[in-house]
Amino acid sequence: MSAWKLVALGTISALALTGCGGGGEAGSGGTPAAAVAFPVDTTTAATITGTVRFAGTRPTLARIDMSEEATCAGKHPNGAFSEVAVVNSNGTLANVFVYVKEGLDAGLTFPVPREAVTINQDGCIYHPRVFGIQVGQTLNIQNSDGLLHNIKAVPTANRPFNISQPTNMTTSRTFTTPEIMVPLECNVHSWMNAFVGVTTHPYHATTGADGSFTIRRLPPGTYTLEIWHERFGVQTQQVTVGASESKTVAFTVRG
Amino acid sequence: MSTAAAPVAATHHEHHEMSFVRKYIFSTDHKIIGIQFLFLSLFFLLVGGLLAMTIRWQLGFPGRPLPMGGLFPQTMAPNGMILPEFYNALVTMHGTFMVFFAIMPLLVGVFANYLIPLKIGAPDMAFPSLNMWSFWLMIPAGALMVAGFFVEGGASAAGWTGYAPLSADQEYTGVSTGQVLWCLSLIVFALSSLLGSLNYITTVINLRAPGMTWFRMPLSVWALFITAILGLLAIPILAGALIMLMFDQTIGTHFFLSASGGQPLLWQHLFWFFGHPEVYILILPAMGITSDVIANGSRKPIFGYHSMVYAIIGIAFLGWVVWGHHMFQSGMNPRLGTTFMISTMVIAVPSAVKVFNWLGTMWKGDLHLHTPMLNAVAFVAMFIIGGLSGIFMANTPVDIYIHDTYFIVAHLHYVLFGGSLFAIFAGIYFWFPKMFGKLMNETLGKVHFWLTFVFYNLVFFPMHLLGMGGHMRRIYDPNQYEFLQPLAPMNKFVSISAFLLGLSQLPFMVNFLWSLFKGKKADINPWRDNGLEWTVPSPPPHGNFAHTPTVYHGPYEFSHPQAAEDFLPQNQPLPAAPLQPGGARQETR
Amino acid sequence: MNWWYPTLPPNASSFGGEIDSLFYIILYITGAVFFITEIALVWFLLKYRHREGRKAVYIEGNTTAEIVWTAIPALIVVALGLFSQPLWSRIKVDIPADAIPLRITGKQFEWHIKYPGPDGRLDTGDDFTRRGELHVVVNRTYSFALGSEDVIHSFFIPVFRLKQDALPGTSIPGWFRATETGQWEIACAELCGLGHYRMRGRVWVHTQEEFDQWQASQARPAAADTTATPPPPTRRRAP
Repeated sequence: MSAWKLVALGTISALALTGCGGGGEAGSGGTPAAAVAFPVDTTTAATITGTVRFAGTRPTLARIDMSEEATCAGKHPNGAFSEVAVVNSNGTLANVFVYVKEGLDAGLTFPVPREAVTINQDGCIYHPRVFGIQVGQTLNIQNSDGLLHNIKAVPTANRPFNISQPTNMTTSRTFTTPEIMVPLECNVHSWMNAFVGVTTHPYHATTGADGSFTIRRLPPGTYTLEIWHERFGVQTQQVTVGASESKTVAFTVRG
Repeated sequence: MSTAAAPVAATHHEHHEMSFVRKYIFSTDHKIIGIQFLFLSLFFLLVGGLLAMTIRWQLGFPGRPLPMGGLFPQTMAPNGMILPEFYNALVTMHGTFMVFFAIMPLLVGVFANYLIPLKIGAPDMAFPSLNMWSFWLMIPAGALMVAGFFVEGGASAAGWTGYAPLSADQEYTGVSTGQVLWCLSLIVFALSSLLGSLNYITTVINLRAPGMTWFRMPLSVWALFITAILGLLAIPILAGALIMLMFDQTIGTHFFLSASGGQPLLWQHLFWFFGHPEVYILILPAMGITSDVIANGSRKPIFGYHSMVYAIIGIAFLGWVVWGHHMFQSGMNPRLGTTFMISTMVIAVPSAVKVFNWLGTMWKGDLHLHTPMLNAVAFVAMFIIGGLSGIFMANTPVDIYIHDTYFIVAHLHYVLFGGSLFAIFAGIYFWFPKMFGKLMNETLGKVHFWLTFVFYNLVFFPMHLLGMGGHMRRIYDPNQYEFLQPLAPMNKFVSISAFLLGLSQLPFMVNFLWSLFKGKKADINPWRDNGLEWTVPSPPPHGNFAHTPTVYHGPYEFSHPQAAEDFLPQNQPLPAAPLQPGGARQETR
Repeated sequence: MNWWYPTLPPNASSFGGEIDSLFYIILYITGAVFFITEIALVWFLLKYRHREGRKAVYIEGNTTAEIVWTAIPALIVVALGLFSQPLWSRIKVDIPADAIPLRITGKQFEWHIKYPGPDGRLDTGDDFTRRGELHVVVNRTYSFALGSEDVIHSFFIPVFRLKQDALPGTSIPGWFRATETGQWEIACAELCGLGHYRMRGRVWVHTQEEFDQWQASQARPAAADTTATPPPPTRRRAP
């Protein structure tokens, strides 16, 4: 019956329209397809260490007004301050994401680490603020404040998500596509921000209170290292490491 | 002017034996279609009810894991604890399922389909095949709506009213596919509904039996007829708005997205321009059923039949010019608030007239309080409350405070449950014998009625008080506000009453299903009613009437002084009146 | 909150009392109608219950009754409407010109309130914004321009009997005058997403001295912009 065919065609077209804009599947290029993961030869693996120095006037960090959230305000008896540009006491920059941008063989795949990465909401601040994760690796999102946070990821390559945690609980997510960087935000507390660097490989690090980073177990070769900071942008440097070599790299960010 | 010169049923199908599938599945017989609508809508009534129970669980016991909540996926209720975004979906889908998949098909899909041809003396609808399509479109519509729960991002969570921009951009809810499915489902539903309206209107205008003049039609038919006209005019507006919304969601238009120059208020105007006639679609057939049942239960004519007809027409007409009362606080020009307030106040009048006429019908009647009558009287009692509470929100300054609070929730449930659903129960209990040839159990019916009536009031009356306290709508956890914490015990009370209300539906389900198979055989006219449907066997054969009936008078000739019985079917003329002094006979009407 | 005589929360604004009066007037009228009709209903149920030997009286209607019970409700409701109209105009249409201005913006899931600062004018150098906190002076008139950054919200202060939907893309004016000092809550009254239930704020009604003290403590630059340095703009997905 042609009427039935018409209905079927119409329904299928309509459902296709649904899939078009609504779903937003953005590809799953990062997931390792082959079962054979790259075995790093520890006898020749190299290491890159480095620091990110800050040059310029140390920025004053604004105080965060948490008075609307008494529980969190109570966790910061000396006040909470913005973390957009944290310059350490030794003149280095914290919360800089460092990763190998180029130089790894295209055919290489890396096993997805079994350990999860945890981001914790405590005192209405994300801990850590900046971190790296591998495609397919579990991200545990923990709420330690006992009140509503929502975690909204606003990526461009990965599928966005927006999940709520009304109380102390942990929710897990994974990313399917490499992306530098995926912003995370809380809409209940608009000062909360974090940034995730999603890579296909384990060669990433984030600077901490001493402004240093270490990337281990690299196969020898020439690499482009990129650093990213939420306010000061990106910089790259070429590094060549030989077998079992340990090289030091210095970055300077101008404020 | 109206005549059915239609061929009689006996010659309709000659020797042609239909297969089981053509007779019962893809049937074009209005009675089968009506029954199909009945089963489908009762199923969705159950779905809507379960969603409501889940909502009440969260409101009564915020944050407490749902019993059997482990069955839900982590994205909805990790370890059984309902998440706020899932709560918003529950609230949305409860409203959506109840309005579009339960109440509308129950009132219109069931009763318009089943009753109209029978009550006007026609063999079937004007367009039987179209009628079949009207039912079968509800299947994909329902499936699309249910599918929302199974897609990534979950079901629509922007409220059954789907306000943009919340509904128009998945950025705001995290619901992507589910929101589109919601639009798509309702567009298919709209088509189903429009096909139905076309049928009902054409049938009533063209297929009335000889003698069935307009003012001899039962009020149920009048109500369903006017409702069909409302639907024909209003539902395309919904469909159009849904298409625009879907385009905003999928292909980058911005009808309702202000960031790119669109206007969110446009959605509200379009939705409520449909939405207000829609709520009259949800109540008028219920009023019609109530009239039929109360006249029957009182063994008395409907008081003020003509006024009742004019009131139905008045409500339908005025229903087009009140939509702005849903938008008093919306940011539309406040001067419009005044015009809409006046029109909304005026629309209270025809409803009040109907209430007085029902009371007038019962006055000096001979009241048989059978189960249908109990439900119909409950309609009147609850509709009084629902209608009166409407006056508060019609009043623009008072609405400033009560808009989007539980006062509104109380009002809408008093008219939709206290009103429409009790009338639906009345209709099911009343016409079940005709539909299935079996009687429902009267004792179970009364048990169901009283339990429902009591618990229903315990659930919804306190909501007026919650609203007065400032309790907002669609709030996942009221305890987050200090000013609402004192209302927590009342919320708990409402929730427990709601669970008991849910359980109270078991007698109905048992009664309905058991009677289908094991009920006592119903004879042709168990309620001693006047409608033409009670002059044919229970259930009526295909084609309804062996011979086209002739109608001699109106449908409410109960306890006529000249009649032998306290009822007089429409196809029986009034017995000759004894001669009056002066030789005049009493006139028939 | 009594079960038998429902009452509204305390009122702390100039027009709130008039709204409450209207509420109670409607309550009395509808209450009277409720009792009359429901008692009649129950009375009929009892009095005209089926009894052997008694027949219903064949009555088809009464035109006079129809006229009376159409006209009287019509008069009552229209009178009620006309009577309420001036109050509505005063609250929503006639915004006082000499009020202290505020700019209130709703966004998922916070209220941002911009104060004009000591010069009393918005969009000048001494403005400052607070998140979720409305501080006003008792018996002073304030006007506000209400907007939204994303979806429709609704700015609701129960004790002021104040509610106005916040519409993205539009600035909607409103006003209020608090008549009692104290501290109360602000709520969002339009479904706006998963955090709707927690889009709370607080309103403090101060004496002039208290307010001046508070305002002085706000003017420090370090505490000025509490939204801190905004992060890089979130890249929106292409539609």
